[in-house]
This record gives sequence, C-alpha cells and structure tokens, in this order.
Amino acid sequence: MKIFREILSPLLAVIAAFVVGGIIILLIGDNPLNAYGWLLSSSFGSAKDIGWTLFYATPLIFTGLAVAVAFRCGLLNIGAEGQLYVAAFATAWVGIKFGGIILNASGENPNYPFANLPAILLIPLCILTAVVAGGIWGAIPGILKAKFGSHEVINTIMLNFIAIALVSYLTQYHYKNPGAILETPNIGENAYIPRLNEFLPFIPKDVPLNVSFLLAILMCVLVYVFLWKTKWGYELRAVGQNPSAAEYGGISPRKQIIIAMTISGSLAGMVAVGEVLGNRHNYYDGFSAEWGFLGIAVALLGRNHPFGIFIAAIFFGVLLRGEIFVDAFTPRVSKDLGFVLQAIIILFVACEGYFRRLIFAGQNKGKKLEI
Amino acid sequence: MSEIFTFALIFSTIRFATPLIFAALGGMFSERSGVINIALEGLMLAGAFTAAVVTYQLGNPFLGLLCGVAAGAALAFVYAVACIKFEADQVVSGMGINFLMIGLPALISGAVYDSSGSTPQIPKEQFLPEYFNIPFASILALALVPVCWYVLYKTPFGLRLRATGENPAAADAAGVNVTRLRYSAVIISGMLAAAGGAYLSIGQSSLFTRNMTAGRGFIALAALIFAKWKPIPTLFTCLFFGFMEALTIPLANYKLASGENIPVQFVQIIPYVITIIVLAGFIGSSRAPKALGIPYRKEK
Repeated sequence: MKIFREILSPLLAVIAAFVVGGIIILLIGDNPLNAYGWLLSSSFGSAKDIGWTLFYATPLIFTGLAVAVAFRCGLLNIGAEGQLYVAAFATAWVGIKFGGIILNASGENPNYPFANLPAILLIPLCILTAVVAGGIWGAIPGILKAKFGSHEVINTIMLNFIAIALVSYLTQYHYKNPGAILETPNIGENAYIPRLNEFLPFIPKDVPLNVSFLLAILMCVLVYVFLWKTKWGYELRAVGQNPSAAEYGGISPRKQIIIAMTISGSLAGMVAVGEVLGNRHNYYDGFSAEWGFLGIAVALLGRNHPFGIFIAAIFFGVLLRGEIFVDAFTPRVSKDLGFVLQAIIILFVACEGYFRRLIFAGQNKGKKLEI
Repeated sequence: MSEIFTFALIFSTIRFATPLIFAALGGMFSERSGVINIALEGLMLAGAFTAAVVTYQLGNPFLGLLCGVAAGAALAFVYAVACIKFEADQVVSGMGINFLMIGLPALISGAVYDSSGSTPQIPKEQFLPEYFNIPFASILALALVPVCWYVLYKTPFGLRLRATGENPAAADAAGVNVTRLRYSAVIISGMLAAAGGAYLSIGQSSLFTRNMTAGRGFIALAALIFAKWKPIPTLFTCLFFGFMEALTIPLANYKLASGENIPVQFVQIIPYVITIIVLAGFIGSSRAPKALGIPYRKEK
C-alpha cells in the first residue's frame, strides 16, 4: 500500500503529461501515437537503444540525487547546473595538467603539464576533483544561507550564471583549443574511463555508456544508506522536516544546511566523471544539456528517493533518446517535444501534493510523522 | 576609456534596460503579493514568441505587442493556478513554466515554419517604432515606473497587495480576498514580463529565437531583489544592469595598453555577484515580503 501511494502520483503526472503532450501534437497537425511509438521503440528497441537511454539517464541520476539530498534537508538546490559546470572544468583541467598534455590541437599555446600520472592515480584524482569542485560550489550557497540567512534558491541561480561565465572565461582565455568551438584540449588518455562495452560486449561499441553509470548506481545505494541508515542522514532529514524541532533536539540546522549543500554539489559534480572522463574527454562550451535543471524534475518525479530517482532518470533518458527519433521520423514534431513533456511533468508533479491530500485525506489521521 | 563611454552607450543602456524594467516591475507585483516569480523568464519568452508570430502574420507590431501581453497573462494564469489553487511549490512550478517556454515555442515554430525553433524574419518597417532614437517600448517602460509606484503605494489595491505579501491571514481578516488578489498580481506580472519579452523579438531583434531571453528574466529578478522590491529603485537597478550589458559591446573591441582586452565574462557576472552580496545583507538589509513563497490556505 505504501509503495502504491508513493508511485501513484508520479505515474499520474507522467500519464497526464503524455495526454497534454498528445493534444499539443494533434494541434500542430501530427499523430501522437506515431510520435510516442517512435519515442518508445527508439529507446528500448534494441541493446543499442537501451545503452543510449541509460547513457542519457546517467547525468540525471547524479543531478537528481543532488537535488534530493538538498531537498531532504529542506533546501531547493537550483544550482546543480553551476556545480556541474565548475566540476567539469576542474576535472578537465586536472586531466590535462596531470595527464601529460603539452600541446593542443594546432601545437600552439602549450599548457605545460605538472605530471603524467598513470591511470590508477589519475582517474581517482580526477573523480576526487569533480567531487570536491562541485562540493565547494554547492557549499557557497549553503554557507550563505547558514551565516546570513539568504535564500538558497536565488543564490544558486546567481551562482549558476557566475559558474558558467567563470569557466567560459578560463576556457576562452587560458585553455582554449584552437578551432571553431570553445573547448579545452583533450585530457590525457590515462584519465579515460572505460565504456561498458569493454565488460558487457552485448552493448554495441559505439554506445558511449561508460562506467560512470555504475558509479551512479553506487551513489543511489550510498545516498540511501546515508539518508536512512546513518545518524548524519537522520540529522539532515530532521532539519528538513522541522528545523526548530531539530535544533531543540540538539541538531544544528546551520551545520546540516552546509553539509547538505556540500553533498548535493558533490553529487552534481559527478556528472563530470561520465561526461569528461568517459565521453567527450574535454570541457566544452555549453557543456550541460540542462542536466542540473532536469535534476529537479527527476528528483520530484522520483519522490526524492534514490530508487525513484533511478527510475525517473531512466524515464527522462527515454525522452532524451527518443526525441531525436521523433524529430527525424515524424513530419511535424521536433525534438523539442521532449522539453515540453518534461515541463508538463514538472508542473503536474509540483501540484501533486494537493491531489495527494485530496486522495488520501483521512488515511493519515492519527499516524505518526514519518521522517 | 573615452571610446567606451560614448553618447551611444546611454542609448544602448536604455535599450538593454527596457526588457528588464518590464519584467522586474512584473516580478514586483507577484512577489509583493507573496508569490515568488522564478517564471519571469518563461513569461518573457511567451511574450516574445507570440509578439513575433502575430507581427509576422498580421504585420502590425502593436497588435503583436498586445497579443504577446495576452499570452503572458494566459501563461501566468496557468502558473497562478498551480501556485495558488494547487499550492504547488512556487519555485518548482516556475521552473516548469520556464522549461515549457523553451520547448513549446520551438515545437510550434518547428511545425508551422519548418524551422529549428525560430520564427521568420520580420521586415524592419514592422518593428515597434522609435522616437528620437528611443524605442517606443522604452518610453512605455519608463512611464510604467511611476504608474506602478502609484498603484503600489497610493491605491487600495496596492495596499491590499502589500498586506497580502506580508501577512495574508491578517489581510484576509481585514476582508481582503487573498486568493483573488494573488491571481491578479500574478497575471499582471505575466503581462508586464511578456511586454518586456515582446520588445526583445519585435523591437531589439527581428525574430524570435529559441530561448532568446538568455537569462534576462533572472537578471530582472536580481534587479528586483537589489531594489528591495520597490518600484523606483527597481528602475535604477534595471538601468544599472542594462548598463552592464551595454558595456559588453564596446568592451569586446576595446584593448588595454598591454594589448589585451577585458574579458566580457567579468562584466557579465557583476549583476549576479551584486545580488548575492545584497541578499547576504552587506549593502543595507534586503528583506523579502514575509509571506513570499508560502501558499495561503484559508482556515475553514
């Protein structure tokens, strides 16, 4: 019964989004069933399709977890986008400086490396960089909230813009790879993490799904254990439920806010592991496909629970994979359908509290508060 | 330096400030009534897209502006239903509105104009007019500032609005219909933000492009916070942030004595950094309306 209650409203939100999306498709003069057919067949049709879907889902698992950890502490982290930008550049920088990269593509502007580390040292160092850089950028709004009481939503939005401008400056003026697009040189090959194809040959070689997907699963488990099986997680959630009660119980809300935002930023930063070490092997301008913001939708749809987030991220992976095919194989629907569906889901999920109260009114009477 | 600070910079400051003034004044109505408006960005996009489409189809920019404003009101109504009726998290549903307005205009123009998210070019004679090098929309925006000030401080509506944002229960007890008031505040905010967006597509530029506001809704929100949610200071913070944006154009070509140019990124981040500093209370205290972000449920 409990699980039914948990999945009912996200499920209804998804169905409602598809219905509204279908009406929009009809209005622009296309066939919704055809569009949705392509959406599903192109994301689950073959091992290759599933591999791509999981590839698209991976960054969203990280950002979804990031948003959820902050949310469990009563904070809304809109800043996962900025946190992952900072982490991505920092990770690429370490991969370049410690990966022995001397010259960029045209052989100019040498960035003298500090060292040429072997993979066994360089990969952990890069992952650590992603975690620390994201964590620091996440801690800033946490500290601002704890010390000055300034609202984390506005600060994280502002820090997103600052982060993107900052790394864009560093790339453009100091680490630009000559060429048409704004990007850094590639990281040293020792920092590359393997694609899953190397262990699971049934996934085709050209699918960029890499071991960061396994890291994402591990993080789901770790976040679950942290939040529900440790004292620290309990304290964090206690602050999220009722800061004054938590403080009365000897828990410092200020400390928990900083901890939650730091962990949140670190999780967002892990997007860099899959994208920089596993996929594109550099930092490039326009790095994120709105992963930070989609993380909010993923966390909401997954009801801020790691298991739910895993499922929700895969669902969003379906949209991201499928929209390309919908774009190509329907006469009028473009890949923006994915965006529209995501937006409608966000709106419906945001309203679900009202319907939950409506549907389950009376059932909660006399029950003790769960945290 | 004289090549940067030219007469033209004043005019471009006004131009860049115009959409910000509209959107920030819009945000002021909604936030003073107690509804956070993260959706300004999406509301601006709704105005920009509708104005561009209507102007292209009918050839009349004023009709375009009007329809843009109507679209902003309609979208704001959706946002208001989510926030007020369904008590949705205002930040989350605001993000939803923003997302929708990145996707939906692109989806529609992709289907109707067979483009990758832009509307067709509008001929120059169908832009919103300019008088003495000052855009019509800028004059409108500047004129709106005292109007908004008057409405907020000198009318019963303004008084009720401010009371609702501070203490909805007390306002309710005094006979104010909190729900209806918040609905109107959010819808006004959608209309104003959409007017700012319309200026972008049929005044400053000649077409709608995907996500063409590029964060201006958030800059407007920053300007509003910097101005401590007050109309006259909002004008100045918008002009200041508009000036920052205007500066990036001459700066891109300007070279220091050492032959290097000043990175535009440093100028671009100034509004955001200022907002963080202001929020932290370093420049006077910036206090948001007390009931901001809290849905109001009438006791039964």
